[in-house]
Amino acid sequence: MELRIKTPLRKDGVFKLKAGDVVYITGELITARDEAHERMLEFIRAGENLPFSLEGAVIYHCGPLIKDMRVISAGPTTSARMNPSTPEILKSVECIAIVGKGGMNEEVCNALRGKGIYLAYPGGAGALAAKAIKRVKAVYWEDLGMPEAVWVLEVENFGPCIVAIDSHGRNLYREVETKVEANYRYLRSTA
Amino acid sequence: MVSYNDVVNTVVELFRRAETTLSSDVVKALHDAHRREEGTAKSILEAILRNIEIAGKEKIPMCQDTGLPVIFAEVGRDLYFDFSLSNAIREGVVRATKEIPLRPNTVHPLTRENPGNNTGLHMPVIHYDVVEGRELKLTVMPKGAGSENVSALKMALPGDRDSIPLFVAEVVKNAGGKPCPPVIVGVGIGSTFDGAAKLAKKALLRDITEMNDYERDILKKVNSLGIGPMGFGGKTTALSVLVEIGHCHTASLPVAVNIQCWANRHATATLR
Repeated sequence: MELRIKTPLRKDGVFKLKAGDVVYITGELITARDEAHERMLEFIRAGENLPFSLEGAVIYHCGPLIKDMRVISAGPTTSARMNPSTPEILKSVECIAIVGKGGMNEEVCNALRGKGIYLAYPGGAGALAAKAIKRVKAVYWEDLGMPEAVWVLEVENFGPCIVAIDSHGRNLYREVETKVEANYRYLRSTA
Repeated sequence: MVSYNDVVNTVVELFRRAETTLSSDVVKALHDAHRREEGTAKSILEAILRNIEIAGKEKIPMCQDTGLPVIFAEVGRDLYFDFSLSNAIREGVVRATKEIPLRPNTVHPLTRENPGNNTGLHMPVIHYDVVEGRELKLTVMPKGAGSENVSALKMALPGDRDSIPLFVAEVVKNAGGKPCPPVIVGVGIGSTFDGAAKLAKKALLRDITEMNDYERDILKKVNSLGIGPMGFGGKTTALSVLVEIGHCHTASLPVAVNIQCWANRHATATLR
């Protein structure tokens, strides 16, 4: 099913989304990758408020290419690198979505239960993604460098985003991986 | 005579071409895959094809990971340079970063400090070859991290040679959706520890539609895994498998697998 969602997200809207649905996002994306996740954890562990709110937000695993505050290319980065830091960050929010590529592990899948979803944007489609980004609303932690800083992006119909992990614990990547493992075992047995 | 400025300008233009357009063999392979697939796999390939179109038309990098600068330089032995070729290439990278622009990706491996211009210690990576003639052939190959991170090298033993295709399939399986499939698989067989890796990378510069029987057989095995575009399942996990071979020590069998995302970016120019 093709659906349109707006930020800030609401729980009832997020719960309706099922693995396999295709979603287009309008509103705000907050980019964060390795270093921004580390810093978010530092803030959370110190009991300090983040300079931006994650409640009802969409975190985008992306290190954009930006020139003069204009987004040139901004596709997703590999989400698996954020596996270790994500569950602890998710503890501090009620409702959230994550956009990235390549999927996330079981711990993240569990942390998203009853709370949020993981969406996959086609990897490498940075020019297409930039088309849906209307402007840079804000930037935080620029000392981390362009790819690692937190960019707040205003987007219109940002997609296609495929619901890969839904809030009910279904994980499309895991389903494919199980099949791939079986296919590999067969290949090995016939080698 | 080849001048310093010729080299700098050529490097900038090669990066512009590589970052914003793909060679026709890769585009054709992606169109073929799009025709074969259905459902989610098809929509993903459609988005990729639309992305390539936008990047080409608007002359913007197709992927925000504009890669690390890898350059292959074939230097004609009759050429004379009154400047440092490496410095000229380096300046080309700096200017390309500012002008195209490219994302500043290079960082110090331990401090993670970013110099902001895609250069640094041993960076750009430049592979030199001295060849016959009086031409300078430059190839730039911006290499993204998603696919580089899942590449692998195995110091196999001489008795393992029949299991090379399975090792390649295993590397692709372990990579799953992470390297932005459909991928192109560069394989270096033989040479030394470092030589095999260089062969694997060089293989990625070939026309991806031209494979021999050995390569086609590995491709078939890889695609039987069913990882599909972006790891959502499908027939097309890889578009091509390209193997380069080098003689090795009688006691060893190095095998390197360099994974390349669908954005198989490279561009070549010859200077005289």
